[in-house]
Amino acid sequence: MDQNTTPLVEMKDISISFGGIRAVDHASIDLYPGEVVGLLGHNGAGKSTLIKILSGAYKRDSGEIFVNGEPATINNPRDAKEFGIETIYQTLAVADNVDAAANLFLGRELQTPWGTLDDVAMEAKAREVMGRLNPNFKRFKEPVKSLSGGQRQSVAIARAILFNARILIMDEPTAALGPQETQQVGELITELKKSGIGIFLISHDIHDVFDLADRVTVMKNGQVVGHARTADVTKDEVLGMIILGKCPPKATPGAGALAYSEAG
Amino acid sequence: MTDEVTAPTALQRNPSKGGLLDRFFQATELDTRMLGMIGALLLIWIGFDVFSNGLFLTPRNLWNLSVQSASIAVMATGMVLIIVSRNIDLSVGSILGFVGMMMATVQTELLPSLIGFDHPLTWAIALLAGIGIGVMIGGFHGLIISFMGVPAFIVTLGGLLVWRGAAWWVTSGRTVAPMDSTFRLMGGGVEGSIGATASWAVGIIACLCLVLILVHSRRQRKRFLFPLRPLWAEFLLALLGCFLILGAVYIANSYPWPRAIANRYAEANGIPIPEGGLFIAHGLAIPVLIAILVGVFMTFVATRTRFGRYVFAIGGNPEAAELAGIKTRWVKVKIFALMGGLCAVAAAISSARLNAATNALGTLDELYVIAAAVIGGSSLAGGAGTIAGAMLGAVVMQSLQSGMVLMGIDTPLQNIVVGIVLVFAVWLDTLYRSRAK
Repeated sequence: MDQNTTPLVEMKDISISFGGIRAVDHASIDLYPGEVVGLLGHNGAGKSTLIKILSGAYKRDSGEIFVNGEPATINNPRDAKEFGIETIYQTLAVADNVDAAANLFLGRELQTPWGTLDDVAMEAKAREVMGRLNPNFKRFKEPVKSLSGGQRQSVAIARAILFNARILIMDEPTAALGPQETQQVGELITELKKSGIGIFLISHDIHDVFDLADRVTVMKNGQVVGHARTADVTKDEVLGMIILGKCPPKATPGAGALAYSEAG
Repeated sequence: MTDEVTAPTALQRNPSKGGLLDRFFQATELDTRMLGMIGALLLIWIGFDVFSNGLFLTPRNLWNLSVQSASIAVMATGMVLIIVSRNIDLSVGSILGFVGMMMATVQTELLPSLIGFDHPLTWAIALLAGIGIGVMIGGFHGLIISFMGVPAFIVTLGGLLVWRGAAWWVTSGRTVAPMDSTFRLMGGGVEGSIGATASWAVGIIACLCLVLILVHSRRQRKRFLFPLRPLWAEFLLALLGCFLILGAVYIANSYPWPRAIANRYAEANGIPIPEGGLFIAHGLAIPVLIAILVGVFMTFVATRTRFGRYVFAIGGNPEAAELAGIKTRWVKVKIFALMGGLCAVAAAISSARLNAATNALGTLDELYVIAAAVIGGSSLAGGAGTIAGAMLGAVVMQSLQSGMVLMGIDTPLQNIVVGIVLVFAVWLDTLYRSRAK
């Protein structure tokens, strides 16, 4: 990976508090085109919160976001989408009572020249995209509620890539899936990478992420413990980062690394 | 059937399982829930007809039933969107009362001094003013709910008291009457019906529209290689729909003007009165046509526009809707504003029918409207409901009411029955939904 190019996304010194608790404390993270960055940490380490700031669900208290080197103002999910940032949430954020096509286009419906919904065109496009992702998917007319976890996941992913996302955020993408579906998602991520999309992969389980990611960033107590290339570190070393906040020699330490915590 | 063979195999309908009935429903794509409601309505009608010794299923009673249902049906279409988006509106009856009073004041006290008495535009100005006021009241409720975070239940409970009080305030409790003669047409009656010829014309146009819609949707499906209904199912649907439409027109055309009015009309126009009286049909009533138009419009809004799609998405998962970039707060404001506008239309119908605006106009309507929407399949948990179902629900409620009046049941007992039926209907619906899962 050529780290000299401009990063797709750079989040610098981001902080946010909820009722006096610093959920994210001066965290920085970056992502390059065609790269998968695993964002790791325990439940409550602040990784989901940090990423929700990028996707516009939360508003940061301080810090800066750059997209392609340009400062970006992201105040709500619509802003994020305009920068090509698409998010697949842990909770799958689909409207259960409408069908797959309606979910894929939610908020960005195709319209006929008369300003009405073009359901037929949307369903056709949905069939095309879903056919690529999950050829077994046939239940286009049913509300998403009646689908299996994997099928719902493919709806959520299809929805993110449908609009030519350049930055994809996946929050625990395989948490609700069986082994076979997990593998499908893995293959999909490899495909997306090839097309130059940058992907943030968020997980509390290192095994989900390690083989897919090019780099990992570990968070603990709202701070970044360190960044490392997966080629340079072992799973055990990363585990040490997650659990103890101990930074191995080949990783770049952040504010939350062990030395800092001892001093503070 | 040939169309199915040409479609790619991957898109073919799943091979039919189960009995003949299952296959029938699969082919026609008819909503079984809706059919169940129609079945229940028919049972109620036949039951009342038997117990009232044939008084219920007469053109006269069915015609009256349609007119009486119109006002509630109009409001129920809006209540569907409110309930689907996980809100409730308790103020619709009071808004109806207030707007009715305002429209009456505009046409009897304000406009005559400005443009003269019985001006041909009086009705339109009064109606538009009413809709404007209704939209503003509803939008105001919506703003408080969306941007100040007060729950809809409380805001509209407050509105229930405020607008009922305000209706009194407008004229210090005086009943305002009579209404403008053109405005009165919106209430039905002999003059507020369009007569036999026009009714047939409306019926035939409706049939043509139905056929066009079926043909158009089949073409669209074919264009994108979607599974098609078998041809026999398409023909069956078209025939059934046309039969129902023309049947309704036939019934409306079988209800003659009262003898005295017909005779007076005959004298005035120099028509000889035949033996056994002159037969002049009512035809479809204008309030019913208004309700049907509102129903079509609202169905269009709910299913064919972005706004409608967002209402359902918000009801299904508010968080997902917000994360998808939908301006959920403004959508809510619009829903309540729309409800206010529909209250104004309903106010026009009921005040025109009464030929007066009284303080009591619309009292308890909120409960009938909510009941109609819920009986019609709107789920209070949000996310589910249909306009057609709610309108059918309004007819069910009105059928119970008028059937019990025909049977001479006391008012307190009527309320008891209506209450029990409401709970029972929702329980049945809950059963249906849990089995459908």
